[in-house]
Amino acid sequence: MGSTPQKSGTSQGAGLDTFQVIVRYAAPIFLVLLILVFALLEPRFLHPLNVLNVLRQVSISGLVAVGMTFVILTAGIDLSVGSLVALAGLVGALVAKGGVADRFALEVGASAGNPVYLAAAAAILVGMAAGFLQGIVITKLRVPPFVVTLGGLTAFRGLALLVSSGGPISGFDTDFTWWGQGRILTVPVPVILFFSAAIIAHLVLRYSRFGKHVYAIGGNARAAALNGVPVDRIVISVYVISGFFCGLAAFLLSARLNSAEAVAGSGLELTVIAAVVIGGTSLFGGVGTIFGTVTGALLIGVLTNGLVLLNVSSFVQQIVIGVILVAAVALDQFASSRRQAT
Amino acid sequence: MTIPVLEFRNVSKQFGAIHALDNMDFALMPGEIIGLMGDNGAGKSTTVKLIAGNFQPTAGEILLGGKSTRFADSLDARDHGIEVVYQDLALCDNLTAADNVFLGREIMRRIGPVRILDYRAMADRAAALFAELKSETRPRDLVRMMSGGQRQAVAIARTRLTNSRIVLMDEPTAAISVRQVAEVLDLILRLKDQGVTVVLISHRMPDVFTVADRLIVLRRGQKVADKRIADSSPEEATGLITGAIERA
Repeated sequence: MGSTPQKSGTSQGAGLDTFQVIVRYAAPIFLVLLILVFALLEPRFLHPLNVLNVLRQVSISGLVAVGMTFVILTAGIDLSVGSLVALAGLVGALVAKGGVADRFALEVGASAGNPVYLAAAAAILVGMAAGFLQGIVITKLRVPPFVVTLGGLTAFRGLALLVSSGGPISGFDTDFTWWGQGRILTVPVPVILFFSAAIIAHLVLRYSRFGKHVYAIGGNARAAALNGVPVDRIVISVYVISGFFCGLAAFLLSARLNSAEAVAGSGLELTVIAAVVIGGTSLFGGVGTIFGTVTGALLIGVLTNGLVLLNVSSFVQQIVIGVILVAAVALDQFASSRRQAT
Repeated sequence: MTIPVLEFRNVSKQFGAIHALDNMDFALMPGEIIGLMGDNGAGKSTTVKLIAGNFQPTAGEILLGGKSTRFADSLDARDHGIEVVYQDLALCDNLTAADNVFLGREIMRRIGPVRILDYRAMADRAAALFAELKSETRPRDLVRMMSGGQRQAVAIARTRLTNSRIVLMDEPTAAISVRQVAEVLDLILRLKDQGVTVVLISHRMPDVFTVADRLIVLRRGQKVADKRIADSSPEEATGLITGAIERA
């Protein structure tokens, strides 16, 4: 009856025992520990130049991970991000160069190209268009996201090879490369963009109706639809968002390397998904935060950098990241089975 | 005489050659709890979907507050004060009670040029609705952590967001523990107190006979009984559902 107190409800709602706090903040706690250990073992690790270097390395995959978080929150997946980064980067580079003819014109100002904002817009538009296309196939043709974006992974890579005729497009003006190599008050431009994007994405997920609906769809898409949530429109949007970040990341990557090529971003999807999942976002959808994703991306970046500084072989790095990925999810599963049991 | 909130006049629904519902006639009065019973395939869900706007009648007329109405879809029906509590409650486990109550109908507030979710207003309003339903549910708790009764309260609180006149409840007690059934029946009586008409679809005889004012029994797409609970009995209802009793 109404007067019967719900004992279980009250004690659980109040929250979290120590164990749950540790589980919830496992990634940030581990990140801090990792930083401390590396700092102790290798003094160069905390040198400002190295710190900025780590952040710059993290920022490009981190941007893609921010977009991926939206997708995974709806219980989707976007395997096409790596290939899309290559394709969008090449299109942006072609626009900057004004065509394939000048592709190897290395000296500054040698190409009769387009202004940098057009190149950036082209890369981002390619990303968004690809995301839109995949979103349409997922929602209207009811093909599972895994399959659609697996197709995208292959097709976009092929398209990138086709567009570039297999070769790289290199040598941009300095107002192009500034976006990848430049600094504002000593902070690399991509780092500033990454953290700005993360903050905006966090605000959107937490405070907009759209963000709430993203979580609702991940939790129970049918329930969301029954309550008037425009499920298809939102699912399409998250793939467009993922594509947007792929385009932006592609442009920044070309700018940083002063080159775009069809093999760029190979395997990026795995790093990005690992970052999102290590950050505590559930692959089943509905649970996760941008804060977690940023933590996950930083964790992978710090780990890679620290192990390099300690002269650990890159083979071992891959093993370590794999183990952490599985451990993060295992910890999550263990915590939720405990939740259900109580 | 008061005008029925909803009336079916000679409503039929066919799917191709199948007559799901034949010449259905009934009227629902304000603040009335109607037990809608019948075996599988008797036409209960077709009836409910016609009321909820998921289906449109093949023939006949549906009157809402005395006026002939045709709903475009379920959202249109909801705009006309008809709310549905689905059997599985249509809740998102990963969201809070307040989030679920306001899902699709969030309260926003302005900060300069942008509109953001007004968590406080939604929590306050949800708390008021739970208090009205005399439920212990707390707005900021996650639905995942809740008991069956509390989950029902969340789904029912949803129907109180607007001034709904009719609430359709599909097997609300089918999947919960015996102790929680009493809690849910209580919630249904709270709705009645607010003047809401409740259509309770249920297989569970004791539930219908505890809370309903009137019993409508369907068999093979036809109404075979429509009588006050006080004039009927569980035995008679069972007979009507199975066909042992032809009509009452």
